[in-house]
Amino acid sequence: MNPAMVPLVTGAEVTFWIAAPIAILGALGLVFARRAVYAALGMAVSMISLAVLYASMDAPFLAMIQVIVYTGAVMMMFLFVLMMVGVDTPDSVVETLKGQRFLAILAGIGAAALLVFAVGGAVVNPPVTTIEANAARGGNVEGLAELLFGRYVFVFELTSALLISGAVGAMLLAHHQRVTPKKRQREMAADRMAAYRTSGEHPGPLPNSGVYAHTNAIGAPALLPDGSVAEKSLSQTLILRGASLDAPALAKVTNETFAAIEAVADDDEDEE
Amino acid sequence: MILLETIVEPVAATGMYAHLWLMIAVPALSAAVLLLAGRVSDAWGHLLATAAVIVSFGVALAVFTSMLINDPGVRRVSLPLYTWFSTGEWEFGVGLLVDQLSILFALLITGVGSLIHIYAIGYMAHDARRRRFFAYLNLFIAAMLVLVLADNYLVLFVGWEGVGLASYLLISFWQHKPAAAAAGVKALVMNRVGDLGMLIAIFTMLALFGSSSFAVVNAGVAEAPGFWVTVMGFALLLGACGKSAQVPLQAWLLDAMEGPTPVSALIHAATMVTAGVYLVVRSHAIFELAPIAQTAVVVVGTVTLLAGAWIGCAQDDIKKVLAGSTMSQIGYMMLAAGIGPAGYAFAIFHLLTHGFFKANMFLGAGSLMHGMHEGVDMRRYGALRTAMKVTFWTFAMGYLAIIGFPLFSGYFSKDHIIEAAFEHNLVVGLCALIGAGITAFYMTRLMLMTFFGERRWDEGVHPHESPKVMTIPLIVLAVFSVGAGIVMNNWIQGWLEPALGVHPHELSLVPTPVGLLTMAVVAVGVALSWFVFGRGPIPRVAPATRNPITLAGRNVLFADQANGLLFTGPTVATAHAVDVTDRVGIDGAADGTGRAFGGLSAMVRRVQSGYARSYALMMLFGVLAVGVVLILSQLG
Amino acid sequence: MMNPENYLILAAILFSIGAVGVLVRRNALVAFMCVELMLNATNIVLVAGSHIHGGLDGQVATFFVMVVAAAEVVVGLAIIVSIFKTRRSTSVDDANLLKL
Repeated sequence: MNPAMVPLVTGAEVTFWIAAPIAILGALGLVFARRAVYAALGMAVSMISLAVLYASMDAPFLAMIQVIVYTGAVMMMFLFVLMMVGVDTPDSVVETLKGQRFLAILAGIGAAALLVFAVGGAVVNPPVTTIEANAARGGNVEGLAELLFGRYVFVFELTSALLISGAVGAMLLAHHQRVTPKKRQREMAADRMAAYRTSGEHPGPLPNSGVYAHTNAIGAPALLPDGSVAEKSLSQTLILRGASLDAPALAKVTNETFAAIEAVADDDEDEE
Repeated sequence: MILLETIVEPVAATGMYAHLWLMIAVPALSAAVLLLAGRVSDAWGHLLATAAVIVSFGVALAVFTSMLINDPGVRRVSLPLYTWFSTGEWEFGVGLLVDQLSILFALLITGVGSLIHIYAIGYMAHDARRRRFFAYLNLFIAAMLVLVLADNYLVLFVGWEGVGLASYLLISFWQHKPAAAAAGVKALVMNRVGDLGMLIAIFTMLALFGSSSFAVVNAGVAEAPGFWVTVMGFALLLGACGKSAQVPLQAWLLDAMEGPTPVSALIHAATMVTAGVYLVVRSHAIFELAPIAQTAVVVVGTVTLLAGAWIGCAQDDIKKVLAGSTMSQIGYMMLAAGIGPAGYAFAIFHLLTHGFFKANMFLGAGSLMHGMHEGVDMRRYGALRTAMKVTFWTFAMGYLAIIGFPLFSGYFSKDHIIEAAFEHNLVVGLCALIGAGITAFYMTRLMLMTFFGERRWDEGVHPHESPKVMTIPLIVLAVFSVGAGIVMNNWIQGWLEPALGVHPHELSLVPTPVGLLTMAVVAVGVALSWFVFGRGPIPRVAPATRNPITLAGRNVLFADQANGLLFTGPTVATAHAVDVTDRVGIDGAADGTGRAFGGLSAMVRRVQSGYARSYALMMLFGVLAVGVVLILSQLG
Repeated sequence: MMNPENYLILAAILFSIGAVGVLVRRNALVAFMCVELMLNATNIVLVAGSHIHGGLDGQVATFFVMVVAAAEVVVGLAIIVSIFKTRRSTSVDDANLLKL
């Protein structure tokens, strides 16, 4: 290492000390977030930080790819699937496998220590920055293109086959073969009536959510005529998420108002 | 001293001799057909079997005739069939040897065999498994012929085992009777003890001479070490004892009477049980060079002839009396065979006459049983001489022959043996003489209890004479019982001379002093028997007795108990010990190992939780371990 | 020019965090994201290596890793979706058919 360069603080170093902690924080968020959506967000943060680091290492093309492919396409797909399988329940924090968490953290620390120890003495050559390499080929993108379509063209072509296989495989896996004929409206109506006959389940539409004096939010349950909560007036997802509102508390204002009005009416009668 | 060089070398087979193998092949083929064809052959199976034996007899007769015609020098004929197997220097051929000795046996086997086959057609007429019975009989005939026609001990042993198998199958032929099944097993097991001796003898021969052929063994035995010759002698004697029911391996013969009566007549009187005598005579070259073994043969023969007679006196079952008598008579033959060159011819002579008269009497007993609804207890017989005339008269011929009534066949053959015994040793001679008296005693007892006295029949039993198919063989055998002795008396020694290397000595029809003495002893025996059994009524149930001699006789000299005490008990105890060792020691170790692994597995199993995350954790630890190892190796 | 070891240490830390995440998270999607994080950590190493040695081959390798990761994500997510369809669960512990 050139001793003359040691005291200098380069732009790359500043970028590193900003982006690296953010990347680690994002990664920790990925591991520790109880809700999968938050974990995905942490992942995205980490990936964008990495893109910044790539850029600081004179790899602008990869930085762009990182943002577009990973943060854009891959993470979007993760979120899409998260939406499909339900984002409602937070993961349980109770570890079911005995000793798994402790051993996993132990292994993680061991792996980090091992890797740091292993790479500690790996960097021996005086650095020759990528700038020269880029310059020699007339720019980063041009240089990469020359390699990809020159020396690595065969591998590059192979990736196309890999991507096609991936696409076909995903279609095959996600494709659902229908083994029973799809139910039409007539059958569904018959089923509903049959369910009503056997279990007494109401055949009509589900009740709407409640309308109160100062809220008609979707999370407010409706009340039945006897004042009890109608369970079916709320989406199950909302209940699981804990987004349902407290019906008695909501009704309290109305009840108080009614009580006040009745008290006034009584007073009027008394006066008469 | 005998002259070995007088034994002529066998010549190659030509003419009639070349068809010798037919004698064995025909009954063997017939047995195979009957066993393989199954129920298809039920209707004609017995006829085929009988015809097969008669064909065999015809071949034997033709060979015998051509022997008579031929010059004595070419009467010993060998017929090599094929090489059985050859390993290294050893080559074992299957070959037949017919000489003056074996042709006599072949004639006896096929001749008496034919008669018994014919008889069995009637005797087994109502048995559902008659075809199988005849198949076994044919199998026996074939195996017995292999035994006597073999030209080496190994092939002889094949026949030896073949007759053992046939004997087992036929003793337990009525396998639905537990007693018959057990008797078959008993015979088989006790014969195995004798077979052990045979095997030791054959192995010794192979080790000494590199061959088991009679010619090589006889030629080589003179130079062999004396100790090993004695070993061979004793081993062969053990084999002979097993097959011929001699003491100490005698216990199976009485139980073998559980088999059908034709079987008792053919196998356990006329032919198979005399194979031991044949073996000893055939191996005379060995015994002559092993005086200790020879003495042992004499002792065994003497003990057995007295033991058999003793048993014969005490039994009430007619077949068991005859079985005891068979033991006793074979004892005489063994005695003669052990005396040495002076006795060989008489052993064979008595063997032949005994084959006729004992088969005659066994078949007579079968005829009696046939008429008495399968009853065998002589105390339930009595006064049958009028009811079954033919049986009575033929039986009487057998009776006179066995007690040695003058001019009947037994008279010649047995008297010669007693004379030879006296010449050999006074004690042995006296024992043989006493044996003759006892024989007369129990045979007279049998006659008196069966044919004379008053009727002691069970209710519902109506004795009747047997059909002609059964009585005609009886008559034929009765004729032989009477006449065989006088016909062969002067002829047999000369005939057997080339085969046995013995010069005949003069025999006269005029009784010698020993002959007169024998007649006197026999007369005393008969008179004593009449005195005891002939005068008064005979109880229908054997009277209880405390007389140890009678008790021993009734219990077959406690042979089973002795065997149980000496052999079965220790064997069972050893087996139990081994069993316990196996279960506690070996199984314990094996099971313990298994359980230990099972327990370990149950512990290790917990690692295999089925959760992908635990597997991933293990993989990570594995990767770390590999990394650590790589780094450490880099440092090193 | 800063000490390039820092990039490698960052990569090691991210990789370890990803590994721990795979081991402790039961939600298949989160575990899958942790795998992606581990892949990204290796990408840093490749780019840093390219930077240190002054060549572009490391960047090309990173490019290929990204392509492969994209394909892998497609198939992996399809598997998760099909498992979810049959089991109504994305917990990796529920798919314990590896146990007899």
